[in-house]
Amino acid sequence: MAHPLIFERSVPGRRGYHLPPGGVSPAPAGTAGGPGARAASDAIPQEQLRAEPPPLPEAAEFDVVRHYTRLSQLNFSVDTHFYPLGSCTMKYNPKLNERVAALPGFSLLHPFQPAEQAQGTLALLHELEQLLCAITGMAAFTLQPAAGAQGELTGLKIIAAYHRRNRRKRSTILIPDSAHGTNPASAALCGFTVVQLRSGPDGLIDLQELKRHLTGDVAALMLTNPNTLGLFEREITAIAALLHERDALVYMDGANMNALLGVARPGDMGIDLLQLNLHKTFSTPHGGGGPGAGPVGVTKALEDFLPVPRVRRRGKGFVWDDRGRASVGRVHGFYGNVGVLVRAYTYIRTLGREGLVRTGQTAIINANYLKAKVADVLPVRFDQPCLHEFVVTLKALKAQGITAMDVAKRLLDYGFYAPTVYFPLIVEEALMIEPTETESKETLDEFAQALHSIVEEVRTNPELVRRAPHRMAVERLDEVRAAREPNLRWVATEQRVST
Amino acid sequence: MRVPPELKYTKTHEWARQEPGGVVVGITSHAQQELRDVVFVELPAAGKAVKQGESVAVIESVKAAFDIYAPVSGAVSRVNDAVAKSPQVVNQDCYGVGWLFAITPSNPQELAGLLSADAYSQQIQAEAH
Amino acid sequence: MDYAPNTDEQLQEMLRTIGAGSLEQLISAVPQPLRQRTLDVPPGLSELEVLELCEGLAARNRSLKETVSFLGAGAYVHLIPTVVDALAARGEWLTPYTPYQAEASQGTLQAIYEFQTMVCELMQMDVANASLYDGASSVAEAAILSLRATGRLRVLVSEGLNPQAREVLATYLRGAQAILQEIPTVNGVTDLEALGKAVRDDVACVLLQQPNVFGCLEPMTQAGELAHRFGALFAASVYPISLGLLQPPGAYGADIAVAEGRCLGSPVAYGGPGLGLFTTTAALMRRIPGRLAGCTVDQTGRRGYTLTLQTREQHIRRERATSNICTNEGWLALRATIFLSLMGPQGMRELAERNVEHAHDAQEQLCRLRWIHPAFDQPFFNEFTLQFDPAFPVDRVSRRLARDGFVSGLALRDWFPSMPNASLWCATELIRQADIDRLVDTLKRIG
Repeated sequence: MAHPLIFERSVPGRRGYHLPPGGVSPAPAGTAGGPGARAASDAIPQEQLRAEPPPLPEAAEFDVVRHYTRLSQLNFSVDTHFYPLGSCTMKYNPKLNERVAALPGFSLLHPFQPAEQAQGTLALLHELEQLLCAITGMAAFTLQPAAGAQGELTGLKIIAAYHRRNRRKRSTILIPDSAHGTNPASAALCGFTVVQLRSGPDGLIDLQELKRHLTGDVAALMLTNPNTLGLFEREITAIAALLHERDALVYMDGANMNALLGVARPGDMGIDLLQLNLHKTFSTPHGGGGPGAGPVGVTKALEDFLPVPRVRRRGKGFVWDDRGRASVGRVHGFYGNVGVLVRAYTYIRTLGREGLVRTGQTAIINANYLKAKVADVLPVRFDQPCLHEFVVTLKALKAQGITAMDVAKRLLDYGFYAPTVYFPLIVEEALMIEPTETESKETLDEFAQALHSIVEEVRTNPELVRRAPHRMAVERLDEVRAAREPNLRWVATEQRVST
Repeated sequence: MRVPPELKYTKTHEWARQEPGGVVVGITSHAQQELRDVVFVELPAAGKAVKQGESVAVIESVKAAFDIYAPVSGAVSRVNDAVAKSPQVVNQDCYGVGWLFAITPSNPQELAGLLSADAYSQQIQAEAH
Repeated sequence: MDYAPNTDEQLQEMLRTIGAGSLEQLISAVPQPLRQRTLDVPPGLSELEVLELCEGLAARNRSLKETVSFLGAGAYVHLIPTVVDALAARGEWLTPYTPYQAEASQGTLQAIYEFQTMVCELMQMDVANASLYDGASSVAEAAILSLRATGRLRVLVSEGLNPQAREVLATYLRGAQAILQEIPTVNGVTDLEALGKAVRDDVACVLLQQPNVFGCLEPMTQAGELAHRFGALFAASVYPISLGLLQPPGAYGADIAVAEGRCLGSPVAYGGPGLGLFTTTAALMRRIPGRLAGCTVDQTGRRGYTLTLQTREQHIRRERATSNICTNEGWLALRATIFLSLMGPQGMRELAERNVEHAHDAQEQLCRLRWIHPAFDQPFFNEFTLQFDPAFPVDRVSRRLARDGFVSGLALRDWFPSMPNASLWCATELIRQADIDRLVDTLKRIG
């Protein structure tokens, strides 16, 4: 039975929340609508007033509680299910982080309160910047970008500003064909032309291909390390040197930082800028699509270009400093996703040095273990030790008419969220698998067993896999109809609850 | 796999047909089959100047978007509104009512230089291997 | 303390299964010279120690529980029903991934569909997306959409737009082929005559904020007409709580309407995370940035929800996407959906009326002091600009008020150097009569 919409539960006259009675000034006797209504109609010209209140649903508090509780139960989530999503680092989101972020000292603070009233948050942000520098080997960070993609955009703006200051016209960004889609999208948004580099036969950046495309118009190379196949770019130092020879920059997409924790620092590899995804490596919750945070780290040479304002020490305390003539400007309305930054800070202080090191190590062991457990049925595209994630190809199943997407859907029936499908684009029928360090050996064994069962089903009962999932709230959805006849909002008199 | 012999073809899977009103353009049966369900077509504005080989339209399935390239240079004379309303006609009848747009050609030699039906059939066979 | 459950014994067993003698074999691809020698981070802490550390930091802030604040200026402090926190804290809402696998995400997808619907209802627009980062970046995306949709180069922005939003807009447009032109205000609202002179057929969009940075209500209908006369798009940056009462952007001809939606059920949290609301008319649907959830059916005819029109987005269109956005503000959108469900039409109207009442009462009482005057003679919602006589410098008054547990309105000098002794005051439903009385008493003692 379809789950009704809150609008379908609406009953005229119901109300979920009530304000305290009365306002601030007494209404004259016999005034209709209360003091507030009188003030509004006196103070605001009629033509600026809304003709009718907004046609929102009318629901009692308990209607709302039951509706959104039941809806939540239709979701998979990290708290309930294993998410082996490559490049997403779906690790456990510690409840301790939530408790700290909800402290009134942090959550009930206005961004324009004077600095002396926000010393706790300023100290936290200052220390977080230093912690991220220590972890990555970069010299300075901006905490403003609200997500990885906004971090990339900020980094690209810095790259553009750098070349402008040196009076050089550089309009091209080189991006490997294995890159995440946000990389070329961010570059284009910044006005750069994107040139795609074909990956080498080993899945890594091909130095010859790079040299071929390294013209005098190249502003930067955008790469991910380890790359989206979970492989470390072992030539990274040579790659960076090639770019620097031409006074071009190297930007690293830090989405896969979980593999490098305690192992290697991008700042030591010749990386000039990177963004981190706090909702990946640093455990802040995905929330069904955000909020995230995408701090950008840079070398000393690029520090002047960082967005302002920045937190600086002054005497015994901290202040916001918005000086910075070379700054690329502001990317966020205020200081960034501070609530997310507080969670990440809590996480890093909880883990500490040894916890961060152990996180990187166990992430790598977990990934290699899972790779070994499925190797007999799912070949890895590039067979060498992976770091924190690996990519398998399901093209052998095409003979039975089964795709990677079919296997992904069947995994839902087994109670596992599917791995990343069809990414990176350079691997046919790809499944990208990243277990993270917070999954137990038992869960990995269960997942490997499920994959074995599904591969067997492909052999004995392919229809079962092709039409999966069967045990979810819905079966496969008509995405063609959703795109041809977009229905993006409920409209009254439509859509009665179907059984 | 239909490859009507009277049409001309491009390497990028468009077909072209000379008519009194101009050169009519669509995508081939091979292309619509690869694309699967067409959900939307972004057509050029009438009057737009186009160069041979330039992207002038975009055709979308649920999971992908592909450029449609002008087989000849000239100006767009008209576009097929039926496709805008019901994109599925591109799948159902790509050589007939699923045509996309027409061009008033500026260089008549260009059409002759396109692939014949045989040459195009050979190309798609080669691609399959 | 870390969160990796496998014991050292288990890790050894796993290494044996892998066929590696040690971790070193697994990271052999990382060249030795690049191996990290130091990690200059303090040792890890237990939960009790973390709480002591973080509660200590939080205590060094003066939270709004300990002080009465009259700050607004783009970040508004409103009530948050208990039910919003209780529901949103569920792991099934807080910890899922983006809903790409629709069958495992029907909760999130239906909630987004409900969110999109309610945002459209609030703004009276045709299409809403699943959210952008914040109000400021939504303003930037509105400008970018206009530039691409019209093929024109100029963006006209009122001086009445929040300056920090304008800075973000400028950052996004720098390097693009676009000209950002500011239209001045006169007596606290956009100068329509100047706007009329500036609109030509090279203008992609005209952008105003309602209420504007001074708190004043703008002539939105007239501004929209001026924009449309020359085929430019009209974009409005609005205040969601005000829309319980004020005319929504759809009613005055906005083609694009954006807002900072955090005030709908999420804490002010020092300005972030935010919740960018982004809506358009039906004509602009395919140009919208960000995610869209759509209603459809499954193979058995059952109603369900899925992300749709994804070919606009970065993971498919890559460099030709409508935007680069991937992760947005899903959890805050959920909170807003629950908030709006609880409030309903009457609740939103009453809430807006309450804001009008409290702010007008505050302004009236404050301006009874001989040295305080309204800066502008314009209608306002819940925020207003005050001018102090020169003998009462804004900063001195602020410091004095801080000693008595108040945070005064924002001094406007940094944003508007021509207003060295003016400040911006906001009174929401959370400001009580007793707060206003005490404020007035304190101010009386100053003057």
